[in-house]
Amino acid sequence: MKHPGYPPEFWDSIERVEETRDKRLKEKFPKMSVTEREDIVRKYHPDYKEGTKRPVRVGAYKGQLAPHEVADLLEAHALINPDDVDLSNVDYDTDVLVIGGGGAGASAALWANISGVPADQILIVTKLRFGDSNTKGAQGGIQAADREYDSPIYHFLDVLYGGHFTNDPELVKILVTEAPLIIKFLEDLGVMFDKESNGVMIEVSGGGCSRDRMHSCGDYTGLEIMRVLMDEVLNRGIPVLEFSPAVELITDDRGQVAGAVVMNLETGRYHVVRAKATIIATGGFGRLHIQGFQTSNHYGATMDGVVLAYRVGAQLRDMDAVQYHPTGAAWPPQLAGQLVTEKVRSLGAQLVNVNGEQFVYELEPRDTVSAAIIRECEERKRGIKTIVGWGVWLDSPMIEIIHGEGTIEKFLPAMFRQFRRYGIDIRKEPILTYPTLHYQNGGILINQYTQVLDAERKPIPNLFAAGECTGGVHGKNRLMGNSLLEITVFGRRAGNFAAKHVKNVSLGKLTLDHVTKWENMLKEAKIRSSKKAPIILPDYRGDMIFR
Amino acid sequence: MKEVKPRMVTIYYMGKAYQVPEGITIIKALEYIGYRLVRGVGCRSGFCGACTTFYRKKNDYRLYSGLACQTPVEDGMYLTQLPFIPAERRRYRIEDAKADFHFVLSLYPEIARCVGCNSCTRVCPQEIQVMDAVQAILRGDLAKAAKMVFDCISCGACSMRCPAEIVHYNVFQLVRRLYGKYIAPKAKHLASRVEEIQNNYYEEQFKKLFSMSVNDWKVLAEKLQKKESITI
Repeated sequence: MKHPGYPPEFWDSIERVEETRDKRLKEKFPKMSVTEREDIVRKYHPDYKEGTKRPVRVGAYKGQLAPHEVADLLEAHALINPDDVDLSNVDYDTDVLVIGGGGAGASAALWANISGVPADQILIVTKLRFGDSNTKGAQGGIQAADREYDSPIYHFLDVLYGGHFTNDPELVKILVTEAPLIIKFLEDLGVMFDKESNGVMIEVSGGGCSRDRMHSCGDYTGLEIMRVLMDEVLNRGIPVLEFSPAVELITDDRGQVAGAVVMNLETGRYHVVRAKATIIATGGFGRLHIQGFQTSNHYGATMDGVVLAYRVGAQLRDMDAVQYHPTGAAWPPQLAGQLVTEKVRSLGAQLVNVNGEQFVYELEPRDTVSAAIIRECEERKRGIKTIVGWGVWLDSPMIEIIHGEGTIEKFLPAMFRQFRRYGIDIRKEPILTYPTLHYQNGGILINQYTQVLDAERKPIPNLFAAGECTGGVHGKNRLMGNSLLEITVFGRRAGNFAAKHVKNVSLGKLTLDHVTKWENMLKEAKIRSSKKAPIILPDYRGDMIFR
Repeated sequence: MKEVKPRMVTIYYMGKAYQVPEGITIIKALEYIGYRLVRGVGCRSGFCGACTTFYRKKNDYRLYSGLACQTPVEDGMYLTQLPFIPAERRRYRIEDAKADFHFVLSLYPEIARCVGCNSCTRVCPQEIQVMDAVQAILRGDLAKAAKMVFDCISCGACSMRCPAEIVHYNVFQLVRRLYGKYIAPKAKHLASRVEEIQNNYYEEQFKKLFSMSVNDWKVLAEKLQKKESITI
């Protein structure tokens, strides 16, 4: 069989992709201007689809738009009944509580320790295992302007360009100026970056990047960073409580945040954690399957941290902006929605339709490429129809033609292996892809010290947040390689500032009064929701759909 | 969307028979059966190693293993998931570590017990030459070993099969960090950029940038996108 991994009805189209390849190798599809980009995103990006959003009816974000799936959780009842929790019985008493064991959480814990908080006065609580997070699934790379041809200024302008200039410029400045410091820190910890034999980092481009500044570790960049951060956290003896998600924050009688109630996922018991500083690092919302999209996110990505912060008055931003990664796998159905890293395009693979024609420059920012793919399929009907939806070809064999044989196995080992399991050889056959729900662009409003801000932009005492659960850094659209950067840069800041902060904190009597107040607010807003949040895990029981 | 009626196959999850659609992954099959998983599930993309699964097939004596999120069900499959891998990791200070075989052996002396049976390699879902990597460490070739085991996702299948009771993934983590920190050449351009930033080299340009309008930024950003140079 010619293409054992693809059904015979795709073979004609694959042939056309092969026929046009030589010609396309010499062609570059024109880049869009700023206005063309804005136009196509408005018309075809799922964020702008009618009827998919509504104004939130309660809380600091009241009146602003969020996808229904997000609004449902922001307007939900608390998971716990305050009467069921005995706050006089403190199970864990700590200086710094980190909620979330991904890249941002591990960074925060690590830097709190580096900044002087003793390891045993830090506690990481996490929903699944330590390290189970979107960080591990991040493949393509991490940006930093560390070459002579590049500058943090360029990086700054690229980030804003990607985000349609809706980003918080102060946060972006921090992101790009601290980027090289973080890469150096990771190099010193022992992260195995892809390098030339003389030590020069191998750097490629990414969508919306004006210069090559994508550092990588094969296509396991996030995994490598995560496991090194974990190793260092464990070496330092920082305690980690696994399978224990936070289900509600705790406040005190002075209106400060004072820790969290965590639930042992296996016994169902609640545990009280009292903390002088609480850092939310819970990641994003991919598992909410906004608009029914498949997702590249890990199993626990259910927006818990945003919900918890929201109940103590946190303001949010850009919750209406969802990132759909242009190239989720569209075939085989077993892999549907799983990430096909942007690095495939960074290395030269073009996107082509059923006839083997290009229809977008492959390294436009993500929202633009996704919108173009959706237009090509839904409107122009020039995609490939499958049993589970649409797809367009990502012409991966171009990579080996451009960079030589062996490039895919060397730089994309995870992708190569994943598809080979299903009889597809991405060195020789193109990959069928379609946009997949990938990233929460917006989130909790923070300032440059990672303090969580309320509706009046005042810090909520003792509460910090870092990583995907926060908004502002990426505006309405994140560029590739800036999420691993965000979690390590802002995780570091959260740890550092929390370490300073706890020196001057004294806590009062613990309460869950904000939960009672919240329930009253729901009543006043006449919200009759049957939902409870955080949802902690998605529920796929009995599900026939491939997720 | 077309309604698809898949063919059903029988799998035995912890001994109980269930009918599930053919071709779906083990994770999805368990959810189809009605499990809401807490253990044995993670990224669902083959990157995290949480869903290590052991199984046997009909009329086949061999014990197989795989990632539940990447392995499709087969008719007659007997399977169980590993909720947890009992393993000890040894603490060390990376600053005081040495990138040589003696240091690795001082933390994990049991690697010297490797009998060369290759059971580890046979169960690795990442197709790592696990035994060869252990042997490379024992020969003192940490650089080679680190590169060989780079794709390890710590699923622990090898460690559950090893007659020498080696916890490979912890050893490999140590070896990779030793390589990354002490053996791999340093990026000099990175060090000089860090120095520039620490000397506030870019502050002046940022100050100018922050005095501009968003429209000015748009013009500059578009120039950069066209690979043109800009001056602030």
